[in-house]
Amino acid sequence: MTRRDGYTALYAEWTKLRTVAGPAWLLAAAVVLTIAVSVAATAAVSCPPATACPVDPAKLSLTGVQAGQAVVAILAVLMISGEYSTGMIRVTLTAMPRRTTVLTAKAVILTGPVLAAGTVAVLGSVLGGRLILPGHGFTTARGFAPVSLADGPVLRAAAGTVLYLALIALLSLGIATAVREAAVAIGIILGLLYLFPIIANVVTNAHWQRHLQQIGPMNAGLAIQATTGLRSLPISPWAGLGVLAAWAGAALLAGGLLLRLRDA
Amino acid sequence: MTAGTSTAYHPAEPAGRYGFATVLHAEWTKYRTVRGWIIGMAVGALLVILLGLLASGGARSSCTAVSGNAAGTSAARSGAACGGSFAVGPGGEAVTDSFYFVRQPLAGNGSITVRVTSLTGLVPSSPRAANPGQRPGLVSWAKAGLIIKDGTSSGSPYAAMMVTADHGVRLQDDYTGDTPGLPGAVSAASPRWLRLTRSGDAVTGYDSADGLHWTRVGTVHLAGLPATVQAGLFTASPYDAMITENFGGGANGTGGPSQATAVFDHLTRSGTWPGSGWTGDYIGANQGPDTGSYHQAGGQFAVTGSGDIAPVPAGPSSPGNTVTIANRLVGTFAGLIAVIVVATMFITAEYRRKMIRTTLAASPRRGRMLAAKALVIGSVTFVAGLLAATIVVLGFAQLARSRAYVFPASGLTELRIIVGTAALLAAAAVLALAAGAVLRRSAAAVAAVIVAIVIPYILAEASVLPVSAADWLLRITPAAAFAIQQSVPQYPQVTALYSPNGGYYPLAPWAGLAVLAGYAALALGLAIVLIRRRDA
Repeated sequence: MTRRDGYTALYAEWTKLRTVAGPAWLLAAAVVLTIAVSVAATAAVSCPPATACPVDPAKLSLTGVQAGQAVVAILAVLMISGEYSTGMIRVTLTAMPRRTTVLTAKAVILTGPVLAAGTVAVLGSVLGGRLILPGHGFTTARGFAPVSLADGPVLRAAAGTVLYLALIALLSLGIATAVREAAVAIGIILGLLYLFPIIANVVTNAHWQRHLQQIGPMNAGLAIQATTGLRSLPISPWAGLGVLAAWAGAALLAGGLLLRLRDA
Repeated sequence: MTAGTSTAYHPAEPAGRYGFATVLHAEWTKYRTVRGWIIGMAVGALLVILLGLLASGGARSSCTAVSGNAAGTSAARSGAACGGSFAVGPGGEAVTDSFYFVRQPLAGNGSITVRVTSLTGLVPSSPRAANPGQRPGLVSWAKAGLIIKDGTSSGSPYAAMMVTADHGVRLQDDYTGDTPGLPGAVSAASPRWLRLTRSGDAVTGYDSADGLHWTRVGTVHLAGLPATVQAGLFTASPYDAMITENFGGGANGTGGPSQATAVFDHLTRSGTWPGSGWTGDYIGANQGPDTGSYHQAGGQFAVTGSGDIAPVPAGPSSPGNTVTIANRLVGTFAGLIAVIVVATMFITAEYRRKMIRTTLAASPRRGRMLAAKALVIGSVTFVAGLLAATIVVLGFAQLARSRAYVFPASGLTELRIIVGTAALLAAAAVLALAAGAVLRRSAAAVAAVIVAIVIPYILAEASVLPVSAADWLLRITPAAAFAIQQSVPQYPQVTALYSPNGGYYPLAPWAGLAVLAGYAALALGLAIVLIRRRDA
C-alpha cells in the first residue's frame, strides 16, 4: 500500500460519510440520547437525609452511555452494511482493490466523528450530574464532591467513556464487516453488549458471575466509569477498557480477513 | 399460493376478491422459503433453551437432594442441603421459622386467652454511625402473641394471633396466611386481648380491646394437626432490611438483627394441659440470631425474641442457593434479540430487494398485507417460544431442583409463564415488524426495538436507580412485559427488597404483557397508516 493510496481511501470514506445526511443525524441522536438518559437517571436518584447512599456520582452521571452506544453501533454498522445493501461495495472495491486499506480507512474515518460526538455527550452528561446531584442530597457536607473534570478519577471516567464509545464503534464495524447483513449485525452487537450483564445477574455461582463481568464487553468496558469502590470491581478500570479493546481488535481482524477472502 | 386462486386473475374484478387467506398464504410462503429466517427463529429458540440450561443447573455447583417427605406432613423439611438456611413450610415454600416460644402441650381441643399491654424493642442504629449498635425502636413486622403449633420443628404448621408494630392485630397461619384484626398499636392505655381456640383441625382467632366484647378474626384449618400440640406465647422480630434506602442492585442493602419484648398478663386456659409449667426456648435457633428470654412474675410474662415466622421471598434477600422460574428463563432476552432481527427483516428485506413493489402490486390493500405479515411472524414466534419455554420450565425442572432450592409454583402458574413468554416474544416480533415498516431501515429498527425493551430492564435492574424509579421504568416501557414471568408471590407481611432480580415486577403479570402488546398494536397501527400514505 502506497502512502497515496491510504490518503485517497481516507478521503473517499470521509466524502461518503460527510455527503449523506444519515451519519450526522445519528451522531446527533447519540449525543441527545446519551445526555437525556444520563440526566433522567441522575434526576431519579436522591439521597434522603441520615441514610447511607452507595452511589458513584461520576458513574451515575454517565449512565446514558448504555443507551447512546446503540446509536453509535447503528452508525458503524451502516458504514459497511449500507454499501452491501446498495451494491456500492463493488464500486468501492473496484476503485480501491486493497480491501484492508478500505477497512482501515473506514475505521479511522468512523473513529474521528464518534470521538467528537462522544466528547460532547460525555461533557453534557457530566455537566448534568454536576448541576443536578448537589440538589438531590449529594452534597459536599456528606462526602460527595461535585462531579468535576479537575478530579483525577472523574477525568479518567469521562475520557475513558469517550474511548469506550470509539471502541464500541470499532467493535461494531468489525462485526458488521464479517456479517454484512445490517439487521443481523446490530442484533449480534447489542446481544454481545446487553446480554452479559443480564445473565451475570441471574447466575448465582459467584465464580461464574465474576468471570462473566470480566469478559463481557459492556461490563468490562464500563469499569472505566467507576470512581468509588475500585477494590470491589470485578476488573480494574483500564484493564476493563483493555478487554473491550481486545473484543474490538478481534472483531476488526475477523471482519478484515473475511473481507479479503470473500467475494463482495 | 394455491393454484385455484392465484391463476384466475381478471382485471375487471376488484382487488378485494383476493381474500385475506391468499395474502396470508403468500406471506407464509415468503417466510418459510427464506432459509435465514428459519435459522434465525431456531437460533432464538435455542438461545432460550441453552441459557435456560445454564441458569437451571449448569452454572451451579451440585448439592445433595433435599431431604424430607411429601408436603403437608408435620416433619420439617430442610433446604439446607442446597446451601439455603431456611425450612420448608407445609405448602412447600421456603420459610423462616425462628422465634422465642413460651409453651406447654395442649391435649385435644382447648383455648388460650391473654392480654398484651406493651410491645417494645431494639433496632440497629444508623449504619452511618461510627459504631453501629442498637437503639430503641420496632421493625414494622415485629410480632408477639399466642401461637398453636404442630410441634417445635422448623417449618411445622401453626396458627397465631398476634399484635404487630405497625399492622395492628393479625391472625397468621402456615406462613402465608395473614388476616387483619383490630388496627392500631398496643400500649398500656390501649391493650389488646387475644384468644386462640382449637377444635379438631380448626383454629379460630378472636381479638378484643377490653376482654369483654370479642370479635372473631377468622378460622384457619391446619390439616393433620396432631392430638397434642404446643401452645403458648411467642415473640419474633425480623431482620431489619432497611429497604427504603436500598438502591437498585440490592447488593448494598444494610441492616441488622432486631429484637422485641412483649408484656402479657391475664393468661387463661381451657381444655387439657398435661404439662407442669411453662418452658421457654428458641425455635429454629440455627436460622436466626437466637436472642430470646422470658420472665414470669405473678401473672405477668415478659417475652423477648427475634427472628420471624413467615415465608422467604425470592431474590437477593433470600439466603442460600435459590432459583425462580423467571431466573431460569433468562434466555428470553437472547431469544428476543434473534426474534427482533428476523421480524424486522421480514419487512425491511422487501424494501431492500424492491420486492415490496411486487408484493403491493399483487396485493394493493397495503394494510391487509401488513396485517398478514404480523399474523405470520407473530404465530411463528409464538410457536417457537412455546416450545422453548416448555422445555426450560418443565424439561429442566428436575435439573434445577437437584442444584438449588426452586421456589414452588402451581401448574397453572407454570402454564401462564410458558404461554406468556411465547406471547411476549410474539408481541416483540410484531413490534419489530411495525418498526421495520415505519423506519424501512433494518439497523435502526432492530436497534430501536432492542433498546426499547432491553435497556429499561438493564437500567432498572443492574444500575444505580433507586427502587421507585426502577419500578416506573418497568411499568411504562415495553420491558413491563417481563412481569409475565413472575412466579413468586409478594408477601405484604414480609419486608424485603422485591426487585426484578428476584423475579418481582411492579405490574400484575397480564397487565405487564398488555403494556408491550399495547406498544405493538400502536406501532402496527402507525405502520399501516404510513405504508398506505407513502410511496413504496
